Amino acid sequence: MTEQAYNFAYLDEQTKRMIRRAILKGVAVPGYQVPFASREMPMPYGWGTGGVQVTAACLTPGDRLKVIDQGADDTTNAVSIRSFFSRTAGVAVTEATAEATLIQTRHRIPEHPLTEDQILVYQVPIPEPLRFLEPREPETRKMHSLEEYGLMHVKLYEDIARHGAIATSYDYPVKVEGRYVMDPSPIPKFDNPKLSGCPALQLFGAGREQRIYALPPYTRVDSLDFDDHPFDPSKADHDCDLCGAGDSYLDEVIIDDAGGRMFVCSDTDFCRSRRAAGHAGRLGTPAGEAA
Amino acid sequence: MYVAVKGGERAIKNAHALLAEDRRGDTGVPELSVAQIREQLRLAVNRVMAEGSLFDPDLAALAIKQARGDLIEAVFLIRAYRTTLPRFGSSRPVDTGAMACSRRISATFKDAPGGQILGPTFDYTHRLLDFRLAAEGQDLPKPATADPVAGPVPHITSFLNREGMIETDRPGDELPPDLTREPMELPAARALRLQAITRGDEGFILSLAYSTQRGYGRTHAFVGELRIGTVAVELDIPELGFAVEIGEVELTECETVNQFTGSKTEPPQFTRGYGLVFGQTERKAIAMSLVDRALRWKELGEDDTGAPAQDEEFVLMHADNVQATGFLEHIKLPHYVDFQSELELVRKLRAEGAAQRPEAAE
Repeated sequence: MTEQAYNFAYLDEQTKRMIRRAILKGVAVPGYQVPFASREMPMPYGWGTGGVQVTAACLTPGDRLKVIDQGADDTTNAVSIRSFFSRTAGVAVTEATAEATLIQTRHRIPEHPLTEDQILVYQVPIPEPLRFLEPREPETRKMHSLEEYGLMHVKLYEDIARHGAIATSYDYPVKVEGRYVMDPSPIPKFDNPKLSGCPALQLFGAGREQRIYALPPYTRVDSLDFDDHPFDPSKADHDCDLCGAGDSYLDEVIIDDAGGRMFVCSDTDFCRSRRAAGHAGRLGTPAGEAA
Repeated sequence: MYVAVKGGERAIKNAHALLAEDRRGDTGVPELSVAQIREQLRLAVNRVMAEGSLFDPDLAALAIKQARGDLIEAVFLIRAYRTTLPRFGSSRPVDTGAMACSRRISATFKDAPGGQILGPTFDYTHRLLDFRLAAEGQDLPKPATADPVAGPVPHITSFLNREGMIETDRPGDELPPDLTREPMELPAARALRLQAITRGDEGFILSLAYSTQRGYGRTHAFVGELRIGTVAVELDIPELGFAVEIGEVELTECETVNQFTGSKTEPPQFTRGYGLVFGQTERKAIAMSLVDRALRWKELGEDDTGAPAQDEEFVLMHADNVQATGFLEHIKLPHYVDFQSELELVRKLRAEGAAQRPEAAE
């Protein structure tokens, strides 16, 4: 059911065209933050308005949309954004990563490998990787244009000097095709390797900060590190307690008052399809039995 | 067994139904009408119009009702609606000199052509709770009336202008940038700064202005003139070749007169701060003119004292309460994934620390 009072996917065509131009520029200059005239959306700034605008500009009536937040399709904000597009665009929706043509995500990259026929749209809170080192926008833009990233390397070095390791576990900065340092959005650093050489088009939208940036398919993306302290995409040292996967990113769930806990896949679709295929973890039941 | 936060869809629906019920409150009490809000909570309506950047008292009143009186939420509703409206043109600059003033005061001159008009103001009221208002349905005494001032009411600063005592604003033909159609670019021209401040949060602008009075970027402001009233909005119709009045809006305009000791290029003279806000919103308009003046330090060759109100990027990037409230409240959203990776990191750093300090662990 599409609400007739609004244009397809809510935004008017002029606005979508403006956003598409910003996206094209972003694709042409991978990792560069393109300013765009972000609009007020009917959901709050900071709740995915950038991603929603990028999605709105990319959606066509034939698309099949998946929305995840923290890897899960049924977290409240993912539900809210998915129902927004079912209402305003009437597009098909799915929870299966492989079946989706466009996936909007917050804080995760799906475990299931993406394909050339897919677009992954990230919601970005603070697009500027240098923001917490230099609060002024004219300064950081200058640093990017001069490729002046010394401050970032000093920060990473100081981490190692103080903690023995780089003390950034999510929102871990990357370098795109050896040029722009880019904020991959607050995905866990476990997901960083999936950014590189990805067959899908990856688009990043920051509504409040009015920036769009992009990684075209098969772009090389390196997580910043040092030769003697190589990047380490760590995760919890467990297997999923429901599906038994040892290679997926895990959420820790507290299950009783005595400090008992379990680890489960943060990617709910990945976990469910593994269980449907007969896999079971320590506490799990395979194939659709009520858990 | 594992029971995570599932069923988001049903939970959201139920929460919204509860919200609607709470908004209505006790059904034994008659429901508020939008017209009642528009007429009797007019200053709230004005604030929502000003910060929502949309002059429509009925919609603002509806937004206040829907937002249960949360004015920032109401501003947000208006902004979200506003973006869906087609834009069919830009009006001519409004002429505040031709304003039909309901209030007009000057703190710098005892009297001036056009006179001082107190109008509907809280000034000089004694802030005693009026318990008669709790008993509804009483008759109000009829206020005295006078004929409106005929003809244009000249701006008070124009009298100073004749002596060359105050800086002259150079009129320009260039189209001002539009904050709602182009991304904010810094450094910003004054027109863009004023746009951002007039729709900025009243509390934030008030506090910044107050900070300049207490010494953080002091500019010694006098209210040269504060006027409230309606002005005509005119639109050029290309097919007709002339401008047509399409309606009128209520505005509050404040011009401050500020001390300036002169610079290498300018003789000592007074300078201006400017505030212009939808509706009767005088606190906001005065605050706006103080912040505007504080932000002009560079153009006037003054010192940067490092005061927050002098910092253009700080002021402009944090004045919008719709942006601020959205980003602030987004930390209510799930952050399991980020938090989990932080947990792993802290555990790892603690384990490494303990391994390096065996004696401390004992």
